[in-house]
Order: sequence, then structure tokens, then C-alpha cells
Amino acid sequence: MAEEKEGAAPEAIIADIQKKITDAFEVFDHECNKTVDVREIGTIIRSLGCCPSESELHDMLAEVEEEEPTGYIRLEKFLPMMTKVLMERRYRPIPEDVLLRAFEVLDANKCGHLTKEELVKYMTEEGEPFTQEEMEEMLSAAVDPETNTVRYRDYITMMVVDEN
Amino acid sequence: MGCGTSVTGRRAKKSERAIKAAILIQRWYRCYMARLEMRRQYALSIFQSIEYAEEQAQLQLSSFFTFMLDHFAHLNESDTGSDVQLLEYERTIEVPDSYHGPRLSFPLTVADTNSLLHAFKDQQHLHARYVLQLLHETKKLLKQMPNIIHLSTSYSKEITICGDLHGKLDDLLLIFYKNGLPSEENSYLFNGDFVDRGENSIEILIILFAFLLVYPNHLHLNRGNHEDHIMNLRYGFTKEVMKKYRSHGKKILNLLQDVYSWLPLATVIDSKVLIVHGGISDTTDLDFLNLFKRNKMKSVLRPPKSSTERNHDPERTDFVDYSPIIRVKRCLPGQDIAVKGMTRPSSSSSHRRRYTSDLLDVGEHMWLLHDGVNSGPLLEAQYLESSVRMPNVPSELTAKEWKQVVDILWSDPKNQNGCTPNKVRGGGCYFGPDVTARLLKRYNLKMLIRSHECKQEGYEISHDGQVITIFSASNYYEDGSNRGAYLKLNPDLIPRFVQYQVSKCTRKQTLHQRVSVVEWSALKSLREKLYSRRSELIAAFRQYDPNNTGRISATEWASAVESVLHLDLPWRTLRSRLVQLAPDGSVEYLSCFNDLEIEPAIKEVQPALVETLYRYRTDLEIIFNIIDKDHSGLISIEEFRQTWKLFNSHLKIDIDDESIDNLARSIDFNKDGSIDFNEFLEAFHVVNKFENK
Repeated sequence: MAEEKEGAAPEAIIADIQKKITDAFEVFDHECNKTVDVREIGTIIRSLGCCPSESELHDMLAEVEEEEPTGYIRLEKFLPMMTKVLMERRYRPIPEDVLLRAFEVLDANKCGHLTKEELVKYMTEEGEPFTQEEMEEMLSAAVDPETNTVRYRDYITMMVVDEN
Repeated sequence: MGCGTSVTGRRAKKSERAIKAAILIQRWYRCYMARLEMRRQYALSIFQSIEYAEEQAQLQLSSFFTFMLDHFAHLNESDTGSDVQLLEYERTIEVPDSYHGPRLSFPLTVADTNSLLHAFKDQQHLHARYVLQLLHETKKLLKQMPNIIHLSTSYSKEITICGDLHGKLDDLLLIFYKNGLPSEENSYLFNGDFVDRGENSIEILIILFAFLLVYPNHLHLNRGNHEDHIMNLRYGFTKEVMKKYRSHGKKILNLLQDVYSWLPLATVIDSKVLIVHGGISDTTDLDFLNLFKRNKMKSVLRPPKSSTERNHDPERTDFVDYSPIIRVKRCLPGQDIAVKGMTRPSSSSSHRRRYTSDLLDVGEHMWLLHDGVNSGPLLEAQYLESSVRMPNVPSELTAKEWKQVVDILWSDPKNQNGCTPNKVRGGGCYFGPDVTARLLKRYNLKMLIRSHECKQEGYEISHDGQVITIFSASNYYEDGSNRGAYLKLNPDLIPRFVQYQVSKCTRKQTLHQRVSVVEWSALKSLREKLYSRRSELIAAFRQYDPNNTGRISATEWASAVESVLHLDLPWRTLRSRLVQLAPDGSVEYLSCFNDLEIEPAIKEVQPALVETLYRYRTDLEIIFNIIDKDHSGLISIEEFRQTWKLFNSHLKIDIDDESIDNLARSIDFNKDGSIDFNEFLEAFHVVNKFENK
């Protein structure tokens, strides 16, 4: 029993990773025919602990899409690509301190908070802009309704705790 | 200019840093949201697996329920079907002056529907007399309608179609608020499953029926699989009615059985769009469905057992899955049964099989009884042979009729071609795009609209746009679990969806909080499931753990759990939320039974009882309710005695009154002269343990 863990053969590690990928994939495989809607791929990849940017995500997608895009991705194609990504530990999650520094960059006055308007401007106009839905969702948790500001240090702490 | 370039250079560098920072935050946030979405998906799949597994259990118990109901429920309401009945209710049921709720006068008008809506918003109830009168009038109207209703969008510009409401009054009120009340200019079709699960099923029925009476040409109803009195016993509606209407509750429920049986089965709009509650199968025949007497179908859980069928197929062995109680009785050797089908040759069949079908015969005869008017005491039924049917007794439901109805009320679409039995629900089928395409072509239709399945967005389009699922109960599983939707169909027959979500406090909550609530509640149900199979699970775990270390690998754990529960869930992924993991990643399997909070009422009982209770609680509650004829919440010694007498006469168990009373007293632990539900459970547990030896 339990020999599949520590010091296990590489095949066992790969088998474990592939099982994880298949499980996540199957959650969105509503037809039970080993395909998922292409729009769900981002969720699947990210829920497996990868943090690619949107453009990196597009590259990954291009790799697994059919020659003639059908709107669906097959597990057959997705599994080897994703196994490789996880084995090579690419797109690692963003550590808390790096995230904090990113917020500090946006906080031009170094006052420990961003106004709601500042956050909306950066998130919807810069980089890989949020959709309105994403923005609203973020604001609902990030903004202190009384001051209308984002105390990002507290926000990050809260979000990290949330996840565990 | 040196100075200028250096400033722009710095600016450019600064904004580049800002963009990088923004991308990083966006990346991080999208990852966070994806993980949240995954958790939400898992929670939903838990709910769905458990829900469908229960439906399956319900269907498997059908013969047992038929048996119990045939004997304990007395369904023959004398019902003349005329206006005399209305006055009769008025004469016999008094509405006290202290009653402040709405008062109805028939025929109903818009003023009545308005006062009903108003009263229900204020959480008032409608008095039992008016409920009975309303149901009576509704039944009269429904009786005149065909099995399949044909509508046209040319009379009213648009038709609004709503899916399952399941007792969620807030959703219905929200639909009316957003989309306007039903009227000559505003047509509605409600596609079944009005009742069960939610707390306001009766209010929903009252509102829908009242509008139906006021606008019979502009509000339409299709029957759903929950418009079924045996489903109601399990999924809450029976309880709701008894709680709200106490002494009149039974009358209301009896009359409702009739009303259900008269609900139309399907609707067709502009000869192009077919609307049914569940779906279709490869044998669905709309012409056939349009012709038979639909009110013969009282409950899907009372399948037909016509004697002609049996002659064709004497070896028939389905419906042998009785509940444990009946199974034990059946196995007692050397016994025969009082009621026998005399016309049927029995020499060829084995004793056991004969016994089984004899049990079914009881059901058959009783079936006859219920549809007859007043056929005297129960046991006389045995002398009623199928050849000497009473006049005016509607002919029995045939197996074909039964299957046709089950298929349209219970089926779900799937995306592979073909038509396969719906094993998950235990009734109806899964139909593929090819089945849809063939049926649409055969009847020259464009689209199938159905409900029956909870969808996260409130609707879903499948089979290349030929099948639409519409579901109108938001927060179905838990606050925040799903949106509700309705759809509007204009004369071009292009559907337009409107989504909504009833919110009490959900608005202020973040997605994370909403997901956590749903997830917590899903995991709680799952833990209860685990507990209900505790001994079997432990035995399964031990097989992987010969040395009794208390730990097994994740894979072993997952396959052990699945082998016992058959819920087809991603156990490996869920394991970290259900059990404690050892540092090496293996599972400490006993820990999944640790932190289950046991309801206060039964906290002092031993673990084995808790397990029995979690497993059989719903079934036992239904049986208890059936025996408890006056729905007092207690089984009186008299009710207990009657139950036993029935067993005696049908199963030829010789037991005298005194022994029965002794039995009853032995169950009545607190010696208060009646048996409450906890005592009943305890008794069941003792018997169950005894039988398992």
C-alpha cells in the first residue's frame, strides 16, 4: 500500500498526475465522451495549480486544438500537453510577496491602498483586461465599502486564507 | 532635448512596470477564480449524484409503496364532480371570523388572483375550504383539456415558458415581477414540477390554478414527474400540506391526486415546438399519447399489472424489489395469500414466482377498487375478477401507456446518439441527438423544450439547438448554487432567455462566500451518505489494509468508497475535504466518520442506529406517515393494530389482538400509549439487526 508516494518510480508519479488531470477534465466533460468545451479549458488548467497569463493560455490551447476547431477539446490531446506542463512545473503559482509587490507598483503614492477607481482603471485598461463580470467580482471582495478603497495587504491575506 | 527624453523614458518604464504588475494581478486573480469554479462544480456534482441516486431508490421501492398505499390509504373520495361539491365544502367546512387571509368566490376573477398574491407575499395561508374549492374547479377545467395542448403565438405575441419551480415561491413572484402577471396579453406555460423540495409548494399550486381558472386560454400547465402523490410523500409536499392544513390536509392531498392525473402531458406551440417536462424516447408516440385516458396514470410508481399483459408474459419477474420488511414476509415458507388471480393458470410457475405475482395481484385489485366508486370493505376486492368489472370503471392503464408517460416525464437528453435506460434516475431514458432528430422530423417539429434538470445558468441548449432545457428554481441545491431562467418564444419561434437569481443576502456576498456555502452543504450531505454506509465502508477499507494500520492509499480509498456508494464522484479529488491525510499522502480512512454532527433529537443513540437511520430514514418516514393515518405525528395503538390486521389477512400470519397490543407496547418505550417516529426507528433498527444475523 501507499508505495505510490515518496521515492516512487517516475511512472507512478506520471500516473498520479494524469489521474489528477483526468479528474479535473471529467468535471467539465458533461457528455462523458472525453471532450470539454474549449471555453472551460482555462478553468481546468488553472484549477490544476498552473498560473498562465491569457496569452500563454492561448498558446497552450493552440497546441491541443483540432486542425479544424470544433469548439471542443479532446482529453487525448489535452492529457499529454498538460502532463508535460505539470512535470516541468511551468506556470507556477504566484507567491504572496510577489503579488504584494505588484500591488505596490500600482500604488503610486505608497499609501498602502488603491482607490476603487484606480484598481478598475488598471484592471480593465492595462495588461489583459478583465471583463465586467470579473471586475465586479473582484471589487465585491476587495473594496472596503466605507472608504471605497482597496487595502491590498489585507485583501491578499484574506484571499490566501480563503483558499485554504 | 535631453531632459525631455529622460522624463518620457522614465514614464515609459514606469508604465511598463505598471502593465507588468497589472498582468501579474490578473493572472493571479484568474487562477483564484478558476479554483473556486472547480470547487463549485464539485459541489454541484455531489448534489446531483445524491439527488439522482435517491430518485432511483424511490423507483425501486415502487411495488412496496403500491402495496402499502393500496392498503392504508383510503382514496375513494366520494366526488360527484358537480357544483354540489362546491356548496358541500361551503356547508361542511367553516371559515372562522378570525381568519384574515383571502376569501375566494367562484368563478374567480383577477381580484381574487391579486388578493392571493398579496396574501402569500405576507406569508398568509389560504383557508382549506377555498383550497378544496379551487382544486375542485381546477379539476373540472382540466378534465375538458386534451392530453396534448396546441397553442399558437399569433394570438398573443409571445409565450413565456417556465421550468421547474419546486415550491420556491420567491422565484415565481420574481418571474411575475420581471415579466408581468399572466393575462390575455401575457401568456405563460409552466412545464411541470411545481411542487416538492421548496417550502411553498401549495402556494405555487394555488396561484397557478387560480390564474388557470381566470385565464384558461393564456396560462397552461404540463405535468411533471413530481406531480405524483407518491413522489410527494418523499420529497416534502405531503408534509407541507399536513403541516399547513392539519385536519383538512388529507382531503386536499386526495383531491390533488385527481388534479395531477388530469394535468395535460405536453404542449405544442405553432405545430413546431414540443414542450414536455422530461423528454422523449425512441418509442415516444405523440398520436398515442394524445388518445389514451391520461387520468389513469395516478403515479409513475404504480406501474400497471394488467392480467392480459401477464398472460402474454407469464414469466415476468420485474418489480420484485420489495423493501426489507416485505421481503422477509414473502420468504416465510408454506404460506399462501388470500387474494388469488383465479383465471390465471399457475401450474407452470414456481412457488416463489407465484407468490410474487400474487402480491402484485393485491395491488391490481386494489387499483380496481380505487377507480370504482364505493366498493365496500377492502377484502371484498378479492372476489372482483377482471372479467366482471363494474360498469363505469375506467379500463386499466396498460404497460404501453405507462411507459409512454414515464418516458416523457422522466427522460434526460444525452449527447451521444441512441436511447438508453436512465439508470441514474431509475426511470425514463437518455435520448441522443439522433432520437431527437427522428422525432422532430416525424412530426414536422423544429424544437423540443424540456425542464427536469437543474442547470447552473437556468437553461442549456443541446442537440445542435434542437433541445432546450429550462429550469426556473434558482438556488435549487443551496443559496447561490444556480440561476433560474425562463424563456420567451415569439412568432418566429426564436427563444429568448431571461436569467435571474432570488437573493436574500447573496447580493452582498462574494463569489467565494457563495461557493463556500454551497460546498459546505454538499460535503455535509456527502458525509451523511458515508455515515449511512459506515460498516460496509469500513469492511471495504479493511480489505486494503490487512495489517490494520488505519491507512490506505488514495487510489484504494477512492475505489473502496465508489464500490460501496456508486455515486460516480471524483473521490480522489474530494478526499482532502472528507478525510484526514497522513503526511505521506495516504488516507486515514476512519476519519471520514469523525466530525459528523448528529442531529440533536437522536444524539444519545449508538453509532449503529445512526447508520441505519441515515440509510433508511426517508423510507421509514414515508411508511410511518402511511401507517399514521390521521397524520398526527404519532401512531396510535389502534393504527398499529389495523396495520397488523392487514398483514394478517393478506399474509396469513396468525397473531391475535393481544399479541399485537403487546408488540405495540414493546415499541412504545416511553409508555405514553402511542408510537412516535423515534420509537418507530428504534424498533426498525432492532428488527433490522435481528434479520441481518
